[in-house]
Amino acid sequence: MKNNALVKETPSFDVEAVRLQFPVLSRSVRGKPLSYLDNAASSQRPASVIAAVDDYERQHHANIHRGVHTLSQEATALYEDARDRLARFINARSRSEIIFVRGTTEGINLVAQSFARPNLKAGDEVLITHLEHHSNIVPWQMVCEQTGARLIVAPIDARGVVQLEAVTALMTERTKIFACAHVSNALGTVLPVRRLIAAARSRGITTLLDGAQAVAHLPVDVQELGCDFYAFSSHKMFGPTGAGVLYGREQLLERMPPWQGGGEMILSVTFEKSTYNGLPNKFEAGTPNISGGVGLGAAVDFILSLDREAVHAHESGLLDYATRTLSAIPGLAIVGTAPDKASLVSFTVEGIHPHDLGTILDEDGVAVRTGHHCAMPVMDFFKVPATARASFALYNTFEEIDRLAAGIERARKIFG
Amino acid sequence: MELNDLYRDVILDHNRRPRNFGGLEPADVSAEGFNPMCGDRLTLRLQMADDKIGEIRFEGQGCAISTASASLMTEAVKGKTPEQALLLFERVHAMLTQEAADADEDLGKLAALSGVKEYPARVKCASLCWHTLASALQSRDAAAVPAVSTE
Repeated sequence: MKNNALVKETPSFDVEAVRLQFPVLSRSVRGKPLSYLDNAASSQRPASVIAAVDDYERQHHANIHRGVHTLSQEATALYEDARDRLARFINARSRSEIIFVRGTTEGINLVAQSFARPNLKAGDEVLITHLEHHSNIVPWQMVCEQTGARLIVAPIDARGVVQLEAVTALMTERTKIFACAHVSNALGTVLPVRRLIAAARSRGITTLLDGAQAVAHLPVDVQELGCDFYAFSSHKMFGPTGAGVLYGREQLLERMPPWQGGGEMILSVTFEKSTYNGLPNKFEAGTPNISGGVGLGAAVDFILSLDREAVHAHESGLLDYATRTLSAIPGLAIVGTAPDKASLVSFTVEGIHPHDLGTILDEDGVAVRTGHHCAMPVMDFFKVPATARASFALYNTFEEIDRLAAGIERARKIFG
Repeated sequence: MELNDLYRDVILDHNRRPRNFGGLEPADVSAEGFNPMCGDRLTLRLQMADDKIGEIRFEGQGCAISTASASLMTEAVKGKTPEQALLLFERVHAMLTQEAADADEDLGKLAALSGVKEYPARVKCASLCWHTLASALQSRDAAAVPAVSTE
């Protein structure tokens, strides 16, 4: 396998300098340099995020929003400052529209239970697509069961593309909610979200985007997208786990009842009645993941510190190179060949089960995800039980793709 | 740990040419095994003869470890009583999960799976078929209970 790293690197983007900011990337695995190609599952943290969390834990921790003492005020300021940065990051109209949650999954469940459940009735429809992650399927199935509404699934084509017309054909007067991924985690497909959202809005359908796979790769402007809800996770955008954001249009959030009761979300409590707090606290019952929020704020700073066009060019280069390199391997089939893809490649290799491939690649320090990627309907559609998936982040290199390809060749020899 | 200790020739051979693979009609007992984490599926069918496992076949899809383990298991339990088969399961399970150096002694070809213990994420691949067998044999016992009570 020849190494084309030097000639193919995007000149305006210094990937080595970025790599130095990620401590874990310099470690070895099984005696080999780590090639971390599992970023769609979870990305790594730069030193700035680790330091922000560390500084919070060492210097500023206290419970937020209720103490008059210095630490509580500092903790509150750090946490709320992170909210401000997230509002700017996705261009929300106001900080009230940024609800801190545990992650994308909790954000979608919040919308399903607090917005959809009171609004849906028997005969209504919730429209999703065939390529959704389980977390954008199951919460809707649950609310359909609770309300008598029906879950409608828009098809994908053989490349894993969601065609606008195929979705709009299913938007009827019964459709109350349209929810879809911004970027598919299993296939990499970037969905035509602007046009999908516009089509839904013109029919009065409330919209949610699952942005888990998008925020680390694409600029997200919720006002430009026009969606009503947008959910994403911290740990897929270089932040800590257990934190995330649900963006919601303020007028909708105002009308929605709280979905969990407890401290923080109330103004006053008597045994007869409680008065709920305003946004965003109404949806943030209990002491939140404060350090996670602080770390997420630092992750936003990290992303904004980079030239995002150069990052995008680098990631596109990785996708092109991986697609060409892997396609040249006999018996390898790429699953998901949409023209507009984020930087990930799902694939199968004839005669080698993805789990065996994953174990063999790990021996070479190459980390990929194998399995159904929490998208079993996608696997069923392509009639494969599982795939291997190499998903790239801005710190990955062409050389790591060469190592991936060499590992696949090694697996082919073992199973040859 | 070396890869060729996991993917020994016996494993690769049984993955390429699984023994006792396919359907079995009529089956006295059957069970399905499913590993939701990785999507491996396995159907096991047995014919009993004189309270021994007379015929046993499996079909489904899985990785090399899962397929080879099922293939080796069918060879190992044929002709054994359910009790003997379950005892063997215990010994295989000990080999897959424990560090005991002698756990694979006298296990014959099944000892080829001993490398799996160095790969904790893969233990469930090797043990799926055995859990399925245990379930099949237990369902046979459960069916036998009401049959006995009606007499």
